[in-house]
Amino acid sequence: MSTTYLEAIREAQKKLLQDDSRVYIYGQDVGAFGGAFKATKNLADAFPGRVLDAPISEDAMVGSAIGAAIEGMRPIIEMQFSDFSVTAFNQIINQAATLYWRTQVACPITIRMPSGANPGSGPFHSQNLEALYAHVPGLVVLAPATVPDAYTMLLEAVEIDDPVIFCEHKYLYNRLKIDRLTPSELTFNHARVARVGRDITIVSYSAMVPEALFAAEILEREGVLAEVVDLRCIKPLDIETVIASVARTGRLLCVDESWPWGGVNAEVIAQVTTRGFHLLDAPPQRLNGKDTPVPFHPNLWNVHKPSSKVIALKARELLKW
Amino acid sequence: MLNTLMEETREVVAPDLREQYVEAFTWMLLARIVEEKLASLWRAGKIAGGVYLGKGQEAISAAIAVMLKPDDIFGPLIRDQAGRLAFGEPLADVFRNHFGTLTSPSRGRDGNVHRGRPKEGYHSMISHLGSLISVVAGALLARRFQGDTSAIGATCIGDGGTSTGAFHEALNLAAVEKLPLVVVVTNNQYAYSTPNNRQFACRNLVDRAVGYGIEGYSMDGTDLRDCLEVARYATDRARSGHGPQMIVGTCLRLTGHAEHDDASYVDKKLLSRFAGRDCLQIAGSYIQSQQWADQSQIERWKEKAKYEIEEALAKVQREPHSDPKEETWCPYATGVLARTER
Ligand SMILES: Cc1ncc(C[n+]2csc(CCOP(=O)(O)OP(=O)(O)O)c2C)c(N)n1
Ligand SMILES: [Mg+2]
Repeated sequence: MSTTYLEAIREAQKKLLQDDSRVYIYGQDVGAFGGAFKATKNLADAFPGRVLDAPISEDAMVGSAIGAAIEGMRPIIEMQFSDFSVTAFNQIINQAATLYWRTQVACPITIRMPSGANPGSGPFHSQNLEALYAHVPGLVVLAPATVPDAYTMLLEAVEIDDPVIFCEHKYLYNRLKIDRLTPSELTFNHARVARVGRDITIVSYSAMVPEALFAAEILEREGVLAEVVDLRCIKPLDIETVIASVARTGRLLCVDESWPWGGVNAEVIAQVTTRGFHLLDAPPQRLNGKDTPVPFHPNLWNVHKPSSKVIALKARELLKW
Repeated sequence: MLNTLMEETREVVAPDLREQYVEAFTWMLLARIVEEKLASLWRAGKIAGGVYLGKGQEAISAAIAVMLKPDDIFGPLIRDQAGRLAFGEPLADVFRNHFGTLTSPSRGRDGNVHRGRPKEGYHSMISHLGSLISVVAGALLARRFQGDTSAIGATCIGDGGTSTGAFHEALNLAAVEKLPLVVVVTNNQYAYSTPNNRQFACRNLVDRAVGYGIEGYSMDGTDLRDCLEVARYATDRARSGHGPQMIVGTCLRLTGHAEHDDASYVDKKLLSRFAGRDCLQIAGSYIQSQQWADQSQIERWKEKAKYEIEEALAKVQREPHSDPKEETWCPYATGVLARTER
């Protein structure tokens, strides 16, 4: 029986509810309805009283999770869309992220954020907010790009004693599928070499990983061997794995579908250049979503984010340098 | 009907509402038919993303909008097709924004119900529920600064949206400033799949008005006459300096949350409680019972609506879709920051 990325997230939550009585799930429509994307389908039935529908009150949803965590629970909050998490920004940034630092009391909450866009999602159902949350000290930001990672990293997220922003990509929900669900080999805080190469390192995460892998296939037909690194954990960043790859290839291209300014790419490039400048044979490059809100029309959306074609194009440019 | 602040209930003056009734009814009819068209276009794969319809709450939406004047301010939400049309939205814009044509109010950058022309007092919602109320309040504040004391504003929200912090903050702010703001809450029993009893614990949402120190009224959202009476009363009160007004209309969402949703979760008891309570049908019968129009007249209105809709659709289908090459990719308004990235 095959498992999709979305099913892996559901399976992980099921296992968590089964194995750990501290876990409960709270979010809009997550109960009998099973959530807007069906990530909690059947869970309310199987675990009565532990999968609760929330009012449309993101601030209070997160605030209440913080309070419950202080008392020893391990809440999972589902944002209906990552975009709505910003109405809980105060609780996440000022309360959750500072709690341990202020009081030495841990804040083990997991906030699941259905991120990214599908065609026609528009500016408010499409956002990738990893960089925004990664900016904040005290938050852990995870962004799985594979089915095993969606499963394993969610299990780990709930075990982590700090607030975790779990960015799951809606574009991958039903598009990624594997035959048999096996756990990931790496722990959450390690980047993964998704494809071994020689000529250039392409760093990406979440839905841009499959895109980067497509680009690597295109490039291989031209005799170029691209190494693809999947960051997996945005914060903290496993820069060692990236630097080790750049040491092999001498070239770095970072790919991230979110906005460029102060983004994940910017951070990766800053860390690589400050620590491994001597390893680089060419200036590092980045590809991002355009610096505008995510557009509604599929024509616009298609060019708003990097595609495998554009990644391959940029890689060729970088190789000529 | 309940006025939560004043001792006496609002007197039902039963004035001649014939003109507004008929007008509201024709907007409701147009809204219902254009939404049916949107649903069929969506099913045919002609519309990307979601399609959100206002079936079952046209009376509430149309009633508030027909009480507004052209210089007033209107901030409709997801299910306000009837009110949008009544406030003056051209039919073509409905299709433009669902297709994302270059001619749409957002140039294809945003879609479906996310449309408006804010400079014309017709505000454009973001998805984040509750966020528009304070914006409309601010627009009214500006009118006051500018010496315009005649305009009022109305904005709409659902039962679910009342649970947001934004809703609470905006109502409190408007109350403190005594702004001429009418907040119309449509309690259609559900917020997506979430029923009222998982959304709030007060007896009736209108009770909240007391807490904000504003006037509040409840009305039967399936009865256009009740909606018009309350909407007229509340808009008059706002216009005459009595501060924010809260209206809570009760009905049932006669459609899924969006077109992909079969709404199988809707409670059977609610379905039977609201059986035969489609506001459009009730209004049609009322019009006939008052002899303001007969069946054949209503049929002619329907035919006219269909004709206008087909005409608008045909026109929009010839308009260019938004095109990356025509897009500036610039989010800034400031001249020196303008850039065009291709
Ligand atoms: C702040 C916020 N959180 C979550 C959502 C996702 N969402 C969109 S519509 C909706 C339900 C809205 O219910 P209600 O306010 O009753 O309006 P209705 O759909 O019934 O018209 C939800 C949860 C949102 N738009 N905004
Ligand atoms: Mg509702």
